[in-house]
Amino acid sequence: MISKDSVAHVAGLAKLQFSEADLEKYTDQLAEILDMVEQLEQVSTKDVPVTTQSIHLANVMRPDVAKPAEPVAELLKNVPTKKGTLIQVPAIIDKEDD
Amino acid sequence: MNFETTIGLEVHVELKTKSKMFSPAPVTYGQEPNTETNVIDWGFPGVLPSINRGAYQLGIMVALALHADVTRETHFDRKNYFYPDNPKAYQITQSEKPLGTNGWVEIEVNGKKKKIGIAELHVEEDAGKNQHEDDGYSYVDLNRQGTPLVEIVSKPDITSPEEAYAYLETLRQIVQFTGASDVKMEEGSMRVDTNLSIRPIGQKHLGTKTEIKNLNSFVHVRDGLAFEEKRQQSVLLSGGEVRQETRRWDPDAKETILMRVKEGADDYRYFPEPDLPPVTVSQQWIDEVQASLPQPPAERREHYIQDWGIPAYDAGVLTQTKEMSDFFEATVAQGADAKQASNWLMGEVSGYLNAKHMELGQVALTPGHLAGMIKLIGDGTISSKMAKKVFKEIIQHDTDPDHWVREKGLIQLSDPAKLTPIITAVLDDNQQSIDDFKAGKDRAIGFLVGQIMKQTHGQANPKVVNQILMAEIKKR
Repeated sequence: MISKDSVAHVAGLAKLQFSEADLEKYTDQLAEILDMVEQLEQVSTKDVPVTTQSIHLANVMRPDVAKPAEPVAELLKNVPTKKGTLIQVPAIIDKEDD
Repeated sequence: MNFETTIGLEVHVELKTKSKMFSPAPVTYGQEPNTETNVIDWGFPGVLPSINRGAYQLGIMVALALHADVTRETHFDRKNYFYPDNPKAYQITQSEKPLGTNGWVEIEVNGKKKKIGIAELHVEEDAGKNQHEDDGYSYVDLNRQGTPLVEIVSKPDITSPEEAYAYLETLRQIVQFTGASDVKMEEGSMRVDTNLSIRPIGQKHLGTKTEIKNLNSFVHVRDGLAFEEKRQQSVLLSGGEVRQETRRWDPDAKETILMRVKEGADDYRYFPEPDLPPVTVSQQWIDEVQASLPQPPAERREHYIQDWGIPAYDAGVLTQTKEMSDFFEATVAQGADAKQASNWLMGEVSGYLNAKHMELGQVALTPGHLAGMIKLIGDGTISSKMAKKVFKEIIQHDTDPDHWVREKGLIQLSDPAKLTPIITAVLDDNQQSIDDFKAGKDRAIGFLVGQIMKQTHGQANPKVVNQILMAEIKKR
């Protein structure tokens, strides 16, 4: 059973904020979804390898060849505030820049 | 109370590719902000990443050079976090099945050799860069976004700041020799995060660790770790507890400064990357990369010391970079005496490169020309004084030294049959100096040699001149 705290934690990681009433509602909904998924436990998967993909492709790679960059003016059309060709964002405090 | 120290290092190395890890945008440096990007780097809706095979191959190369096992079946994972330099709100990395596991490097501290284990290494994409300005805003440049990285995670085998320093230098050399990266701390193509904890000797479980970020030189790593070791000791000795926190090294104040306290593990909600199919690495691919690896620096040093009689220190200097090491070996292969070649490369050549802020590939000097000049010195054709002139010429121009000294008349006069009449003539004219010398004034010899050099326009072989001069004076 998923707790309200877990839902609030996951919401926080996704930068979402909910009212207390909404949190109750989403906790119930998520619990129902998880219950449904839990039904899968009834199937034995002892000899089934873990799946990380749903399409049967492997080794789709491209050679290391550079293509010209997109024109910066085009890309910057989606930037609400900028300075020169830099993207302007609210000041970032208390996190290292690496 | 006595403590033991445990250090783990995470090293990020930028792979030297033409295009990015998951997009075909070019990898460049120092361009105008955001001019070297495309919609994949910006994480626009509906874009699809693709794996750069060349970058993956360089990762395999580094793994093999570090004696790691290459993972045959692997996939990429998403690491989720929000930050302005990370426009997709996730980084594509390898969490569950890293490219390589279980490697090692051998380090040497105070003459003692030790193996340091490498837990794993994986490829991932770099983030963009934030600039912080005092106008109340930060600014984002995504040119670096998507640059291929390999992250190398050591096992907690390192027990002192000196070992950490030796580990980083060894790692830098090994990776540099593969050619997979420039590994330059000052240019950000090698970056280091450290973890350090201490515990009373005998205690089984490890102490609480602190992390130091943003270290931009090996010296800062060593000094930062040494400070942190002492700081944690004094915390424990005064009855306190070490908190799990991230700190920053201030090289001016020579201390680490608290950045933030960590509460619990970071929650990145990793999951397999659905936009990229899995990767299988064939034995054939591994064999091909293995066969392409150049001889590593440690083996080369051994060869220089054992077979060519090069002192251990000099062998270390010659194997700082693959370019220098290759140049040295090529010079010897062209017939130069190994010790002479080593002396010239470590002396005049390195001095010239440092003064001009240039690298070996940027000067005209070739191994053949250096070997040619060394042979001219060896057989007495030119003096060491003339050699300096020849060196100046061949490092700046593509000039054959043998041809050049003949053309410029720089050939040393060593033939006694030609030198003797000149010397006897000088003696005939300077009876006073002969008398002075016989009366015990050694300085008189210097004057006579000077006269002979003047007569021969500086081309007389000083060694031969001395021999003949002494013999001739004795006769008088």
